[in-house]
Formats: sequence, structure tokens, C-alpha cells
Amino acid sequence: MNQEVVIEAKKLSLTFETNDGPVHALKDVDLTINKGDFVSFIGPSGCGKTTFLRVMADLEQPTGGEISVNGMTPEEARLKRAYGYVFQAAGLYPWRTIGGNIRLPLEIMGYSKAEQAMRVDEVLELVHLDGFAKKFPWQLSGGMQQRASIARALSFDADLMLMDEPFGALDEIVRDHLNEQLLELWAATNKTICFVTHSIPEAVYLSSKIVVMSPRPGRVTDVIESTLPRERPLDIRESQEFLDIAHRVREGLRAGHGDD
Amino acid sequence: MWQKFGPVLTVVLAIFALWYVMAVVMNANWAYDKAKRADVELGFSELVVDTWSQKKPRLPAPHQIAEELWNTTAMKSITSKRSLVFHSWITLSSTLLGFAMGTVLGILLAVGIVHNKAMNLSVMPWVIASQTIPILAIAPMIIVVLNAVGISGLVPKAVISMYLSFFPVVVGMVKGLRAPDAMQMDQMRTWNASKWTTFWALRWPSSVPYLFPSLKIGVAAALVGAIVAELPTGAVRGLGARLLAGSYYGQTIQIWSALLMAAALAAALVMVIGQIEKYALRKMGMAR
Ligand SMILES: Nc1ncnc2c1ncn2[C@@H]1O[C@H](COP(=O)(O)OP(=O)(O)OP(=O)(O)O)[C@@H](O)[C@H]1O
Ligand SMILES: [Mg+2]
Repeated sequence: MNQEVVIEAKKLSLTFETNDGPVHALKDVDLTINKGDFVSFIGPSGCGKTTFLRVMADLEQPTGGEISVNGMTPEEARLKRAYGYVFQAAGLYPWRTIGGNIRLPLEIMGYSKAEQAMRVDEVLELVHLDGFAKKFPWQLSGGMQQRASIARALSFDADLMLMDEPFGALDEIVRDHLNEQLLELWAATNKTICFVTHSIPEAVYLSSKIVVMSPRPGRVTDVIESTLPRERPLDIRESQEFLDIAHRVREGLRAGHGDD
Repeated sequence: MWQKFGPVLTVVLAIFALWYVMAVVMNANWAYDKAKRADVELGFSELVVDTWSQKKPRLPAPHQIAEELWNTTAMKSITSKRSLVFHSWITLSSTLLGFAMGTVLGILLAVGIVHNKAMNLSVMPWVIASQTIPILAIAPMIIVVLNAVGISGLVPKAVISMYLSFFPVVVGMVKGLRAPDAMQMDQMRTWNASKWTTFWALRWPSSVPYLFPSLKIGVAAALVGAIVAELPTGAVRGLGARLLAGSYYGQTIQIWSALLMAAALAAALVMVIGQIEKYALRKMGMAR
């Protein structure tokens, strides 16, 4: 298969020097992510999922190995605004309306006024928040705020989305709903998505590729290529195929825990 | 209505009652002295009447101050040297100029401290040290030095106001400009935003809720500065001058009315800033 490589990590390591000695957040991580992949990162707390995402985003500098983003260094990719990053907290500015918040990266990147307005409308529709542009963040529920923050990351149409537990703080029902919408969005835009989660069903439901990690030092213990079709109704979660994949993820997590 | 104003009213009434009692106690000696010299017996009611109406009482009664305030504001043309409005305006003008200068200086210093490592390490200790020097000690020096380079009048007084008012602004704004958390700063980085953009889009709006409380303290400090500045200059105009003249001639009623005027002025200034704060926060969607 002749696929475009978006992320390529080779023997990637990152050690934080702390007062209590070095913390090996990532150790010898090898991973390739192709264009159009939906990759979930799953693993126990502290295994380096956030750190890995932050390295891709050039928010953290690796201490060993290599990583490329779109064939460039993470810094070059960041300067080219190659990715949209969704943090765990929505982080909307309380003094800007929803529309104003989504417009912010566009203003920073120098889009014309007309283009800004057009794109704001477009992404608000993508996350089903049309009509909320003039509302302030505190007038929206937590889930809506999280969708607005996804819209903001989508607004400048980067091909790569890095999402760090964007639905972590939401209840199951809202989460299901947002997962469906995220898949819809992925299908519509064909973006490459890196998605951190703690939930096995969420990882299996969403992903085309599941990366299982283990802590201390943070390593990749398993990479599972999903055999599920791209088209996924919610009830696919009851199918045998789904349960098999979930089982394998669970096994991977358990194995990682074993050598602790 | 009672729910809202009842407690306040009760406290105010209690203060007035206490005040009147204290006026009797503190002015009694003088009343007895006068009675002795005139060789008359002083009954209690006469004592009270006398202690509440002396010309130079140790503690003037509230109604005497009220009368003085009425006579020196409403009853005088505001251009008259005997008008308290006139003197208030003199003090207010240097307060406002000094406050404006102090605010600008405070914000500039805070911006420097937040953006420049060297300034961060070096400026703050000096800022704090500056406030440990008693203003009464430094005010005459500022005035003398500025006079020596040919600056006199309003500006030296305003400089002293500035000296007192920049401090709360620096402290508040440093905190405010640093209010954005690591995530918000990282987010700016992912958009490859410049320092300039990060300042205007993130740091500055984040600091607004910190700015206004600092401004309230700053404006009150600026008023104190303006009054203090009028003392060593032997100024003949301004609330400070009224205080000084009053104490030369033992005009306690005049002192108290100038004091009350200053207090009212401070309250009004703080209230104006409070209103602007409310408006600004509502406009920014941060007041609910
Ligand atoms: N800035 C830092 N300085 C020092 N240590 C850090 C820093 N950031 C992360 N770490 C450490 O690196 C390890 C990995 O952290 P990371 O945040 O990547 O975990 P995670 O997999 O995202 O966990 P969680 O699921 O709880 O979010 C942890 O042990 C953490 O304590
Ligand atoms: Mg994390």
C-alpha cells in the first residue's frame, strides 16, 4: 500500500529531569501514523500519552530518537500550523463569544474578515453548534463548550488533529453522541486524528488504529489495526468483532501492567 | 428596603450618637474653664449646649461640620478661595494627573516584568523598597528636586500621587498578566502566535479583572499623595493646605470638614472606578 506518512517516531524517548530524579515519560517509542488514520492512544495514567501528543505538537522536546510530522520536524510543522490541538479542558476565553473564540486562531493566522466569518459558520455547523456564535462560553454546557473547542481547532483546516481526552470530563450519553459526531466529522474531512482516551470502548469504536501504552517507562506495548468498517453505527459495539478487539486492548493493558 | 439599608443606618446612627457623646466629653474642660472665669455654675444642659457649639472645639460636633461644609460649598462661589469646592478641585486635579501617570507607569513596569527576565529579577525589589520609604520624608525632596529643574505647580504634586499609586497597579497587573495558565499559553504556541498577539489577545484581557481592584487602591493612594504633597510646599490652595491652615490656627471645624471632603472625594473616585469596572466586565461577558 502506498500511503502518506503523517507521524513517524523512531526510538523516541523523553526523560523529564525532576527534583526526585529522572522520569522516563517515553522510552524507545516506534510508531507510524498514516494519512487519514484515526489513532487512539490508551494506557494507564502517567504512561506518557499526553507527553507523546505534546512532542508531536512541539510543546515538549524529545531527549532521544527522532520524530517527524508531515515529513518535517515538529517545530517546522507547528510554524506551518500543520495541526489543531484540542486540550482536555475546553479553554475558551470567557471574554470572547463562541464565534469570537473560534475566530481567534483565524485572526492570528491573518485570514480575511470574510473568510473568518465563513469558516466560523462552517465549523460551527460541523460540530452542530450553529446559532451559538453570539453566545458566551458560560451560556453553554460543558459538552457544548468542548465541541466549540473542537470547532476552534478545526477552523483553520489543518490536516492533523491532536486531541487529548477531549471528552474525559463528560457523561456517557453526551460522550456517545460526541463520538458519533466525531466519526461523522472524520468521514467528512478525512483528517488524521490522534486521540487520547482512557475508555476501551471509546478507543475501539472510534479508531482505525489503537496504540496501547504502558507506564514507567512509557512504551508502546501493542498497536492494533482495527478490522471494523469505517461506517460505524453505535450498535456495532455489541458485535463480536468489536468485543474481540476490545478484549485484545484489555489484554495489552494488562500485560503492560504486569511488569510494573 | 429595611433589609438593605437597615444595618447601615443602624451603624451610622450609632456612630453619630457616640460622636455627640465624645464631643461633650472632650470639650467639657474648656466649657468649665469659661464658666469658671465668668463665675457661673454650669448645669448639664448648658454644658451640652456649650460643648456642641464651641468655636474651636477639640472635637467638633457633626452638625458644626455639616454647617461648615454647607457654608464653604453651597454658599460660596466655586472660584472663591474660601470655597471647599475650589480647594477640592485643586487637590483632585493633581490626584487625577498623578493617578493617570501612576497607572501608566504601573502597567508599563508590569509588562516589562512579565516579558523580561532581567526586569523580573531586578525591578520588583525596587518597587517594594520604594513603598517602604515614608512618603512624608520623600515628598519635600521630590518637590525640591523638581523645582530645581524648573518644574513647579501641578506636576510635582502629581508626581507624589504617582509615587503612591503606581505600586498597587504594578502588583495587580503582574498577577493579572500572568493569570493565563500553562494550557492557554501552550494553545497560543500551537497557533504560532507572536508575543505581541499573545499579549493583546490573552494576557491583557486576562488581567482586566485584576486591574480594577488595583486602580481602586491606586486612586485612593493618589489622593493621599496629593494631600501630603500640599503640606511641605506651604501651599495655600488644596485640601492639604486647608488642613495645614486649620491646624495652624486651631480651626478644628475647618480641619474636620476638609477631612470629610477628602473622604467623600476618595469614596466618589472609588465608586466611579467601580462603575467603569462593572461596565467593562459586562462588556467583556465576564460579569453574570
Ligand atoms: N512537565 C513535566 N515535568 C516532569 N514530569 C512530567 C512533566 N509532564 C509529565 N511528566 C511525567 O511524565 C509522565 C507521563 O505523563 P503524561 O502526562 O504524558 O501521562 P498521561 O499518559 O497523559 O497520563 P494521564 O492519563 O493521567 O493524562 C508522568 O509520570 C508525569 O509525572
Ligand atoms: Mg494526559
